[in-house]
Amino acid sequence: MKGTFVDFDALFGHLGQHTVDGLSKGSIYALVALGYTLVYGVLRLINFAHSEVFMIGTFTVVGTWSVLGATDSPAIGTVILLLLAGLVAAAAASGATAVAVERIAYRRLRRMNAPPLIFLITAIGLSLVLSEAFGLWQGRLVKGMPTIVERSVLFTIGNTEVTNIQAITVVAALIMMFGLDTFINRTRYGRGVRAVAQNPDTAALMGVNKDRVIALIFLLGGLLAGAAALLYCLRYGNTRFNVGFVLGLKAFTAAVLGGIGNLRGALLGGLLLGIVEVYAATLTSSNWEDVAAFVVLVVVLLFRPTGLLGESLGRARA
Amino acid sequence: MTETLREINDRRQRLTAGIGERVRALPRWQKVLGLLAFVGFLYYLPYLGIPGLTWFRTDYIPQGNNWAGVLFSCAIYVLIAIGLNIVVGLAGLLDLGYVGFYAIGAYSVALFGSTQSPVVEALQNRFGLSEQWAVSWAICIPLAITFTMISGVILGWPTLRLRGDYLAIVTLGFGEIIRIVARNSSWTGGPQGIAAIPGPEGAPSADNTIFGLIDPKPWYWLALTVVIVMVFAVRRLEHSRVGRAWLAIREDEDAAAVMGVPGFKFKLWAFAMGAALGGLSGFLFASRNAFIEPTQFNVYLSILFVAAVVAGGAGNIPGVAIGAFLLAYLPERFRDFSEYRTLAFGLALVLVMLLRPQGLIPSRRRARELADRRKEAPANV
Repeated sequence: MKGTFVDFDALFGHLGQHTVDGLSKGSIYALVALGYTLVYGVLRLINFAHSEVFMIGTFTVVGTWSVLGATDSPAIGTVILLLLAGLVAAAAASGATAVAVERIAYRRLRRMNAPPLIFLITAIGLSLVLSEAFGLWQGRLVKGMPTIVERSVLFTIGNTEVTNIQAITVVAALIMMFGLDTFINRTRYGRGVRAVAQNPDTAALMGVNKDRVIALIFLLGGLLAGAAALLYCLRYGNTRFNVGFVLGLKAFTAAVLGGIGNLRGALLGGLLLGIVEVYAATLTSSNWEDVAAFVVLVVVLLFRPTGLLGESLGRARA
Repeated sequence: MTETLREINDRRQRLTAGIGERVRALPRWQKVLGLLAFVGFLYYLPYLGIPGLTWFRTDYIPQGNNWAGVLFSCAIYVLIAIGLNIVVGLAGLLDLGYVGFYAIGAYSVALFGSTQSPVVEALQNRFGLSEQWAVSWAICIPLAITFTMISGVILGWPTLRLRGDYLAIVTLGFGEIIRIVARNSSWTGGPQGIAAIPGPEGAPSADNTIFGLIDPKPWYWLALTVVIVMVFAVRRLEHSRVGRAWLAIREDEDAAAVMGVPGFKFKLWAFAMGAALGGLSGFLFASRNAFIEPTQFNVYLSILFVAAVVAGGAGNIPGVAIGAFLLAYLPERFRDFSEYRTLAFGLALVLVMLLRPQGLIPSRRRARELADRRKEAPANV
């Protein structure tokens, strides 16, 4: 704790620096938030198990790197190879987990037309099972990994230094968001997703295979969570069996903040949440950043009860 | 695999289907007698020595905890579940931050009743009171209930206008905020927590003859009595105008509003009542333990509570009581498997939800509701 409770000098002296840091933190939130938002937009279901989909992604990155014999700061060619391998493996593992969760649990519940609470409790149960399974298998301690990308300053604007990891995170996240946005808005599959989000029964009558669309959104959410897992590993350099809990909570908050069910809302909510947290941590101490995140959420919901951009996966523009 | 399990479950249901009807058909005096016998048995539990049943005791296994102490935790969990049942089971509001109220109840008695708390010290200095002065235990009860009810209204006022799923995340945030404030604020003792929390006989000391630190049996009986009183009160509430309004809101808020049930007002009531019960259980927990610290009020616990309530049978007091009892009891009895207990709990949740979504001992009304929904399911969803 600093001398005074609120330390404005610390924030405004390096405003740009904190904004960049918040953006890179928020990009990871945004990528995970997309998984929540996609599933919620179509099924009206909070997929609590999504946090474990992310967790499995981080462990896959660790596993892949250790299989490939990664060491601290390797040559540039190896770095690219390791990053790509990590991305592919994590995305595949997370995507597969997400689809498996849907097949094993949610599909049966949909057949029963179970109320949302039942879905939620099932999701909580699955989340416990997955995180505990990893806790038992991989141990409960923090798991480190080699530093593939050494943190260094990439470029400087004014007194704001942008590190290579921050740049990679933000750029990669933006590319993936843009890709997803295009996929949902411009392709045939995307049209199917929007149709099911608008009205599942009518979509089924129009020849959309609902089960396939739902599997597709779980897959997409999983792939993005895998990518987020890689970026998380780059930023923090460690993981743990319960890493998903807090991150999933934040990502879900981000999704709600932007307007759950809305893809651009997830991006906006994620980035905003990241910035709010970094600002709050600088202003007071890192103890209070979670409080700030939730207070902002409550205030936003008070004035805009459906989030900043509203819920609209189905409506005209996603 | 689930298909075979479901088949077994259906067969079991056919066998047990008549039992509930038969019990309800018994003459009133037999029911009352049976209930009295059951309550008597609950009071006798700490001495449990009936051959065969001693297997259930937790202190006969290696490193087992004191049996009456475990029973006390079970009673506290049951009390929490009864409170949460009002919010989740009756009014159908998803509250994932219930542990926040539990914490507020616990901190109320800690901050005002303990001579070591910063709040009491500030009051002593402000009003020139002696070093031994603190708010007495009995006055802390209404204090704890008032604080939690107020916090329930403060949380509910802005958030109950939101739809169900938003409510879940906002309440989750509330639970987390309470814990963080308790950990970081200098007024709450910070991460070290607060000790010397009083019981019915005043501050904990070796002179306390009944409610001491060594023998948990009186504490269990106290908690059990509170549970029984609250079960009775909540049952009366459930069958009153308020209770019917809650059920109506749970089943269809718009239809209830059309029928003249003011949704917001009754939801706020449900929140306040649920909060008060959570606060009361936190209060009991803190005075039994005589020491609390912020890590005891993790949001994770809150999620487990909701899961136990729903898996036990939301809306039905025996159901939620069983759910909460198992949540507290099983980890104590099966300590050898403590590594696997969360895993087992998760698996159990998934299986119960897939096979028996109405919960272990469901309320009849809710079971019917779910059966109706199942019939309404479109063919190719």
